[in-house]
This record gives sequence, structure tokens and C-alpha cells, in this order.
Amino acid sequence: MMQYEADEFDVIVVGAGHAGSEAALAAARLGCKTLCLTINLDSVAFMPCNPSIGGPAKGHVVREIDALGGEMAKNIDKTHIQMRMLNTGKGPAVHALRAQADKFLYQQEMKKTLENEPNLTLRQAMVEEIIVNNGVAEGVVTKTGARYKAKTVVITTGTYLRGKIIIGDLQYESGPNNMAPSINLSHNLRDLGFEMVRFKTGTPPRVNKNSIRFEEMEIQPGDDVPRAFSYETTEYKTDDQLPCWLTYTNEKTHEIINANLHRAPMFSGAIEGTGPRYCPSIEDKIVRFQDKPRHQIFLEPEGRDTLEMYVQGLSTSLPEDVQLNMMHTIAGLENATMMRPGYAIEYDAIVPTQLWPSLETKLIENLFTAGQLNGTSGYEEAAGQGLMAGINAARKIQNREPVILDRSQAYIGVMIDDLVTKGTNEPYRLLTSRAEYRLLLRHDNADLRLTDLGYEIGLISEERYQKFTLKKEQIEHEKDRLYNTKARPDEKTQQILRELGSKELDNAIELAALLRRPEVTYKHIEMISPPEQSLAQDVKEQVEIQIKYEGYIRKQLQDVERLKKLDGKKLPADLNYFDIQGLAMEAREKLDKVKPISIGQASRISGVTPADISVLLVYLEQRKKAGSSAS
Amino acid sequence: MDFDTIAAVATPMGEGSISVIRVSGPEAIKIMDRVFKGKNTLSTVDSHTIHYGHIMDPDTEETVDEVLVSVMKEPRTFTREDVVEVSCHGGIVSTNRVLQTILDSGARLAEPGEFTKRAFLNGRIDLSQAEAVIDLIRSKTDRAMKVAVQQVEGKLSRLIQKLRHNLLETMAHIEVTIDYPEHDVEDVTRNLLLEKSEEVKMEIERLLQTAKEGKILREGISTVIIGRPNVGKSSLLNALIHENKAIVTDIPGTTRDVIEEYVNIRGVPLRIVDTAGIRETEDVVEKIGVERSRKALEEADLILLVLNHGEALSNEDRQLFEVVKGMNVIIIINKMDLPGKLNVEEVKAFFPDTPLIKISVKNEEGIEQLEETIQDLFSTGTFQAADLTYVSNSRHVSLLKQALSSINEAIEAVQSGVPVDMIAFDIKRSWELLGEIIGEEVHEDLIDQIFSQFCLGK
Repeated sequence: MMQYEADEFDVIVVGAGHAGSEAALAAARLGCKTLCLTINLDSVAFMPCNPSIGGPAKGHVVREIDALGGEMAKNIDKTHIQMRMLNTGKGPAVHALRAQADKFLYQQEMKKTLENEPNLTLRQAMVEEIIVNNGVAEGVVTKTGARYKAKTVVITTGTYLRGKIIIGDLQYESGPNNMAPSINLSHNLRDLGFEMVRFKTGTPPRVNKNSIRFEEMEIQPGDDVPRAFSYETTEYKTDDQLPCWLTYTNEKTHEIINANLHRAPMFSGAIEGTGPRYCPSIEDKIVRFQDKPRHQIFLEPEGRDTLEMYVQGLSTSLPEDVQLNMMHTIAGLENATMMRPGYAIEYDAIVPTQLWPSLETKLIENLFTAGQLNGTSGYEEAAGQGLMAGINAARKIQNREPVILDRSQAYIGVMIDDLVTKGTNEPYRLLTSRAEYRLLLRHDNADLRLTDLGYEIGLISEERYQKFTLKKEQIEHEKDRLYNTKARPDEKTQQILRELGSKELDNAIELAALLRRPEVTYKHIEMISPPEQSLAQDVKEQVEIQIKYEGYIRKQLQDVERLKKLDGKKLPADLNYFDIQGLAMEAREKLDKVKPISIGQASRISGVTPADISVLLVYLEQRKKAGSSAS
Repeated sequence: MDFDTIAAVATPMGEGSISVIRVSGPEAIKIMDRVFKGKNTLSTVDSHTIHYGHIMDPDTEETVDEVLVSVMKEPRTFTREDVVEVSCHGGIVSTNRVLQTILDSGARLAEPGEFTKRAFLNGRIDLSQAEAVIDLIRSKTDRAMKVAVQQVEGKLSRLIQKLRHNLLETMAHIEVTIDYPEHDVEDVTRNLLLEKSEEVKMEIERLLQTAKEGKILREGISTVIIGRPNVGKSSLLNALIHENKAIVTDIPGTTRDVIEEYVNIRGVPLRIVDTAGIRETEDVVEKIGVERSRKALEEADLILLVLNHGEALSNEDRQLFEVVKGMNVIIIINKMDLPGKLNVEEVKAFFPDTPLIKISVKNEEGIEQLEETIQDLFSTGTFQAADLTYVSNSRHVSLLKQALSSINEAIEAVQSGVPVDMIAFDIKRSWELLGEIIGEEVHEDLIDQIFSQFCLGK
């Protein structure tokens, strides 16, 4: 193939999925001349699996993306067909918004946004090679021979690298949904010295809506309260939502699966990649949980203008005939017409401990990676990384320090720290239980956590920032009022408390103390003692949460203090851990591999003990003193 | 540098009757003011001054010990932080009680070598000593780790693992309902949470009780040597010490002093108490009276009752017989070198199933047989010491107390209707603290548990 010199850019983003789209938009919006290359222009921000965004931890990430100036939240707000707040019966930290997407509209909308972004060029091309000179990435080469130069390169190849689809005995090289796989780039990454792993994931069949008997199923409608992911969204579709449907597998389904396990690639050894535990195939669930008499199956619409329905819970790589048979045992799906079969897909990912927390690779300067390529799974996880990689690829060019979110700031920070510090031996999914500061990383306060940073980075508009500042002031002002105003035991107050089943007042007490009672909400405080001017719902919500759960929040903030101290002690990148006397051998090897940027990160590496950390601290001090006495 | 406040016993063991507990860090003086009662509050006194007073348990207002306290404000201190040094009475039990009181009031137990590490990091120690500091941390930590692991082997470790597993299952159940709200996993009920938390609470309280009783295996089997004056208690003690090396450990607080001696008899650690009395007056009974000695005896795991072969039984002897009846006793008839005036049959009749050893400390006869008997008592399980779950070490006690307070907060939260994910916070903390005792890493335990306990996924 003859090559030709094509254009020069500041940033090249390889891939236009959920990671690539965010990376390209962030870089372009930060003033970089950006090129975004994708194998197929019709698959920008494509959802190859479930047509939904959000849920616990994932929904938190979408809010964080929005607070930092990313696109995912706005895009789903424009294109969803249903919104639900989950976990409303639990504490505010785990409330989680989830949307069903019109996946076709979602793609279209994101593509339009990319197309219309000044500074951004969207182009169809398969990248086969990264141009590297003296350990520095300088551009990419496409299958059609174009050599693009760039100052930084972000790779977001999803499940395309040496992708292989598996359905029963059938195996063929393919990206998701029969898209062309990316073979040569995977070899190129290996040749460059990257350690790669093989992961697996899968997707269930899609069926025709008209062939489903919904009367056999339980309806799952959206909320009738207006909800949105983005803090900028002002339009809602509360009245115009599509429902999902719930049904179950049964003994017959399980019988068919059990009888056909010998044809299941999961168990025949045909699948070599490691699959995620949190997203097992139906055959895996049946084998591992033999006692469970039935499993939930959700039918989710793939969009408004399509009859395709996604069969959540039936992810499988069983042969097509078995898929059909087992599906037809399920109540409501007896006559279902399959439109696409389920399949498993294997792909290459890079071992993420090869990355700095900025998502730049340690091996090759100016090369960043994000998304499923880094061993994660999920659109939201990909988008969160894409945004950070895009921001840091731009900042690298502008000679600015990378933005690294810590574990107390954002789920995105938890995820990236987990990946680059501990690595992962299965496709990584965010869970709220991965966040040790969960009570601080709430869905409701993503803007309070991150808007200042988003503004500082340059992705939050002046207008939005002013609005945000006002909200912050109102919250503080109202909190002050509740701390400094007392509720008196007058008849009106006692009446309200009586009706609530709450203890009547003996003396006047602070409104804040009253609000801390489990049965009292801000609404009641407002009735007892209204503020001068009535406040917006999101302000009220913040005041209530921050006061009500103050004790717990304070406990976590104390832990965060400790984290900040350790994370604040930076480790130079040029440390030779093998030269440090007193470090255990295991610690030397682990530290050398991960190259932590701080004592805090070092302490989170498994196999590095508190004694090793002490030794490191002493060594650093010794080095500092030696340095200062030498100069 | 910005550190928390740490405390530990600073004096090595086997050196005198006074122990020094060092407290260092920004809160050192504040924490000591919570437990020290003297003429002045320590926050008002001048730096580098010494004060007489008492350590009081702030919860029970009980006096723990009579002490001298040195207050040294930064920077002219060993660690270049505020330092308070408490000189208290020696001996494991009393020193540990003082240390425990300080730990309960907000200090953290220092890691091995941590004072020295701070001294270095705060610029107190010369650069040339850095390597020595590193060696110190390494060697002390490795040894301490070994000791810690040995301590939690067996029943205690299994018990804590069981508690942790209970907590882990409960946590996984909570987590799964949070992370998979639409799965058909039953919501965790408040009753279930309460039940599980109460279970763990009771177990931790029980463990702490064993610590309080001072039934401390590692510290040795509490042993009292008793007998009339001039039966040779003191020389027997000296013979046992002479024959067997006193136990030397590196655990803060295990110090040898006048009232306690540590002897390792063929692998059985004995903590011989009240020997001070023996040494000074040659007679415990005479000194403290029968009533009080009865109390000391009741707390003992093993009693060595010494009789004189050269004298007939006296009323005093018979009084002692009554006192120790029903306890774990070894009868030792000393001075076999003297002509026999003692009615051995009467003794045997009074203690039918009790080991009886004839010795002559003077001629060094029978000591081996005594040692064998002590060893047998343990190997045949008379004391079942190896089977008992004992909590001894200050670090463990401190962690257990913290774990208990977290589980109490969880229980309180359940009762007052706090959302389940917040309750999870306290349960998790309790689980982590228990994990620290047995040195288990947090790791991915919880996530592993979620996916093995529940069937999840799309």
C-alpha cells in the first residue's frame, strides 16, 4: 500500500464510540485542531449492547461528565425514550438515574454534534499503525495509506481489536454487530511493546415487538417526574415515554440450556477471553446458580421508530437454534420473531497498569488510551475515560499539568485509579461499592463536586458557571439560615410535628436540628419557617441532604483528609525502586511496574505493605536532603 | 510534616519497675488532658516540665494508675512534635491499662519504629542515619508482623474470620440491592441488619471481656506461688528463673518487674505474680492478709502451693488448703533434704486428684519433675489454654473497641431509620477494623462476595 502525507493535527482520536466522541469533542473545544477517525461513520456513538444509559455508579459518571463539560448527558437527555430514578427508597448517595435510549437517535445526535464542532474533523478510516519516533507518538497511518501527523494521539478502539464473534460453533473475525474488526492495529500495539489481554463480552438476541405478547408481562413505565442527566437541560419528555416489560425464564428454559451445554462455547473451551462476572450469559447463570428457579428478563425498546426489542437477561453465545428454542419457552416470547441473534465477542485490551493516571501510556509519550481498550466495559465508563483522555491530550500540547481526579472527587477518579493502580482481570465495571467515599460522590452533587474544575479546564461556559455560582451561594445561605434560626414550640409547629408522628418540641431548637430527624424533610421546615424567597428544587434538595446526613458526610470527609495527605506526597517518575534498600522484593517489582505518582497511589497497590510505604517516605526525605545539600 | 498522634510503651522490657509511655503528635497534649488528672491541665503548663497526677478512665472515672507526666512541646523533642511521656508503674497489666486508656482517648498505637521514623521525617535525625532508620522499620515491622500473625492463629483468628464473613455477607446483600436495584434480590430488611449487627456486637463484646479479665495467653498463665514463710517460695522462683530463660519479647508493655516474673517452662509461658511480696517479706499471706490473697488467688490460672517437708502442717497451712480448694493447684513439698515432719498422707487426703511433687531446691532435685508436671497440665488440656480465645495485645483491643463502636453506630442507625447505604458505611468500617487484626487486606473481597452470592447481570 502506497502511503501519502495527509493533514497535520494537534490531536488525533482513533475511534468514535462513547470514549472517542468525548475525547474528540473535549480536545476540539479546548482549542486543539482535532481529527476523529472511525472505521464506519454510521456507527458514531453506537450502542452495540443494551439501549440504556445510567444506573447506579454509571449514572453518577454521566452526571460527572456533564459537570466537567462532556457530552453524554446532553445527548441522552435529547434522545431518551424513558427516564427512571432508581434506588429512591435508599439514601441520596445511591439514587441513580437511568434512561432508555433511542439508540438510533442517540447515534445521529452525537454524530451531528461532532460534525458541527468547529476545530473537529470527522472522517471514516481504519487506523492500522501509530507513528512513533524515539518513544514519542507522532501520528497514525490508515488502511488507505494516509499518514496523519499529530502532537498527541488518543486510541479508543472499543471491542474492535482482533474482534471475534462467537455463536455456537460459528466463529468469525468481526467487530461488534458485524462491523469490520481492527486487526493490524492490535499487532502494531503489541509490536510497540504493549502487554495485551483477551477479554470477552456478549449481547442478547433482539426480537420483533409485534411478535411479543405483552399481556404476559409486567409493565415497567418511566417516572412521571421530569428528570435529566445534564445540569443544562431544560426540556423534558415526561408525557412521551415508552415502557419496558418484565418476564422470567422458567424450568423449561433451563432444561433446554442444560441439554445444550455441550454446544455452548462458554464451556467447550472455544472462548479464551475472560468475561465479566457482572454480565454473565444466561448459560453461565444457569450453571452457576442451579437452584435459582427463574431469572428476570426485561424487554427494552431499541428506539421509537423501530420494532426491535432488546432482551435483557438473555445474553448468550449458544447456537442460534438453541437461542430460538429457549426464547420460545419464556412467557410472552412464545412466538417471538428473532431479528438478531445474541453473540459473544472476544477482543484485545491493553493491560491498564501501563498507563499514567492521565491515561497517557508510560511506554509511548503523547499516546493516550481510553474506554474498553483499557479493560473496562460500559458506555459510561468509556465516555468518562474518553473525556479525561481528550482533556489531557489537549493539555499535554498546551504544556499544562494533566487533570487527575482523585477517589474522593468522582467515580471517574475511582475508576481510573483502580485501572492504573490495580489493573483488572475481567472487563471492569463501576459499582457504587468500589467508591470508598460513596456518601460524598452523590448523583445530586456532581455539579458541586466538579463544575469549578470543569470551568477551570475550559469546558464550562461562563453563563453556566454564573448560574452554578448562584446556586452554590443560595445553598450556603439557606444552610446558614437553618443553623441560625430556631423553631419555636408554637401551635403551628407542634401541629405539623404531630401530623408527622414526630416528637413535639419542648424548647426552641435550630431548624437544622429539626431537619435531622428522620421523618422531617425540607418541605416541613419550609412550612414551619419559610425562607425569604422560595428556592429552586435542586437548592432545597442540597440543603436537605447536606444537613440531614451531615454526620456521615463529616466521617467521610475525615477519611478524605487522610487520602489527600498521602496523595499529596508526590513520587518522582525517575525513582529506581530496585535501588531502594529496605523495600521488599515484591514491592519493588510492583512499584516499578505501576510507577505510582504519589505515596497514596503506591499504598493502594496490592502487595505494597505499610512498612514499604514507611521505607519509601524515609527514602524520599533522604533524597530531598541529599538534593538540597548538594545544591 | 503533618501526622496524627501516636502512642506506645517506650521502655524496653526487663528494665526496672517503671514503664514510660510516649505520646507524640499534634493532639498529644489534648489527648493526655482527657485522661490525666493533676493539679494543672497539661495544655496550660510550660514546656519541658514534669507533673504528678493520676490517669483516669474518662468513661468510668476510675483511677487507672498514679503517674508522672512530662510535657514537651515541639520543636525541641525527640520527634519534633508535641510529646507527652507518662511514667507509670511497670508490669504488663498496669502499663497496658494506661496505654489502652490513652488509645481509647484518641491516639493511635504507634507502628514499630514510628517515633524514630517521625524524628527522621521531621528533620531531627541526621541524613547519615537514614539507612539505620530504614533497617529499623524493616526489622521491627517484620518481627512485629510475625508476632502478630502468631497471635491471631487458631481460634481467635477463626472467630474473627467468621465475624467478618457474617458482615461481608450482609454488606454484599446491601450492595447488591444498591447496584442492582432491579434485580429480584430481596431488599435487606432492617430486622435482618439489626440481627446481624447485634450478633457481631455480642461477639466483639465477649472478646473484649476476655481482654479485660487479663486472661492473656501470650502474656503467660497467671501463676501464684503461695505458702507459709520460710517454705522456700523465693528460692523456688529463682530456681525456675535460673533454669529457664525469662521470656523476652518485643511487644510494648511486656516488661519484667518486681511484682511479675515471666518464665517459659518447656514452652508453657508462666506469668508468676505477686512475687514482689514474696521477695520483700517472704510472705504474701502475712503481708496482705488472707482475704486479699484469696482474691489474688482467685484470679490465678495456676497455683503453686509450697509446703516445708521439715515442718508439720500448721493451722495456717490448713487455712491455705481451704482457700485454694477447687483451684488449679500443684502441691510442692520442698526441703526434701530435711528430715520429714510433714504428714504427706494428710496433704494427699485433702488434695486427692492433685499433682504432688517432692523437691529440694537446695539440692536442685525435683525441679525437672515439676516442670514436666506443668507441661503435662497443659498438654493434657487441664487448663485448655490453647483452646481459649484470648485477646491480649493493645493493638487488637484498640481495634476491637473501634470495631465495636462502628457496629454500635450501625445499630443506632438502623433503629433511627437511616438509609441502608449509610448503615453499610459503619458495617463496612467494622469489617475493615476486624480485618486489620488478622492482617487481611481489603482487596476485592466485597465485590467477589457480591458476585458469588447473587446471580446478576443483563
